[in-house]
Amino acid sequence: MELPLKLMYIFMKIGAFTLGGGFAMIPLIQNEIVDKNKMIDEKEFLNMIALAQSVPGPMAVNMAAFVGYKLAGIPGAVFSTVGAVLPSFIIIIVVAAFFLMIKDAPLVQRAFMGIRPAVVALIVYSVVRLVKSNDVKGYAFIIPVLACLGIVFLNMHPVLVIVLAAAAGLIFFRGKSGEKGKSVDE
Amino acid sequence: MRFLFELMMSFFKIGAFTLGGGYAMVPLIQEEVVENKGWIDETEFLNIIAIAQSAPGPIAINTAVFTGYKLRGITGAVFATLGAVLPSFLIIIVVATFFLSIKDSSVIKRAFMGIRPAVVALIVYSVVKMLKSNGVKGLALLIPLLSCMGIVLLNLHPILIIILAAISGIAMTTAKKAEIEE
Repeated sequence: MELPLKLMYIFMKIGAFTLGGGFAMIPLIQNEIVDKNKMIDEKEFLNMIALAQSVPGPMAVNMAAFVGYKLAGIPGAVFSTVGAVLPSFIIIIVVAAFFLMIKDAPLVQRAFMGIRPAVVALIVYSVVRLVKSNDVKGYAFIIPVLACLGIVFLNMHPVLVIVLAAAAGLIFFRGKSGEKGKSVDE
Repeated sequence: MRFLFELMMSFFKIGAFTLGGGYAMVPLIQEEVVENKGWIDETEFLNIIAIAQSAPGPIAINTAVFTGYKLRGITGAVFATLGAVLPSFLIIIVVATFFLSIKDSSVIKRAFMGIRPAVVALIVYSVVKMLKSNGVKGLALLIPLLSCMGIVLLNLHPILIIILAAISGIAMTTAKKAEIEE
């Protein structure tokens, strides 16, 4: 099998079984790319994770594009990314078509009256985990407080808040970058 | 065609600023798709997140596919997904081309130390908006509380939480109906 196609197949498998997205798929990628196919070594893989989580976008897509590009250039990146996205795409289309058909059924509406508050809880919990795992302490506590003030009182756009926070990070944490080299294992 | 392009650009913006993983894109999608464009309402938005969370794959992509499909069928889904994926793709290509060693990313790391706490605030604020507009009150307030306990104490999987919540939604409204009929 040609390499880009093989990569597409590997990332399709990974995409199809990554429930919850994000870091859930790291062990799967590692198993396929590092352990089974020996395409990239362990150390390089860890570096790639660190980098993939420092750029915008979903981890799954970033890792697919990164691994694909490393191994087979632009065609590799394209095929890997398409592979990673395709399972979600197909599943969601099927689910959406079905959901849009049944969403007005009373039973479905009642079920979703229970689901919506639970989703809120899931999101809140992810925030708690985010705070715990990413040293939001010391100076860094000022950032969410200021961000809240900016959103509520100045009606700032989320993108502006993110840009300002990035600037604040650069200013606050000058000279602290060495100690933060551990972010690979987050 | 113009609408498809608009859809793609909206998700391009969302994709470009989805930093911090997981639910970090929730506030951005909410701002762009719900408030700015009015393509879907607040209640529907939570439905979509519930579905996006229950299917495999990144939530950002799932939400893009769903929203695009809802607005313009398969074509809409393709354009929205392309928009959501393109920023990551382009940035990764650039980074992979110029990336020399892990040390080079220390500037990015510092920026992220500022971004992550702010993302926390953004997500909290969008949760507050969701609670307000979805009228979660009375009995329904029990559900997020119980869900939190389920996640923290029993370590339940998010999908199990959603299934249990669906059942309690049905049970709750059945009880309410019985009350009214009495």
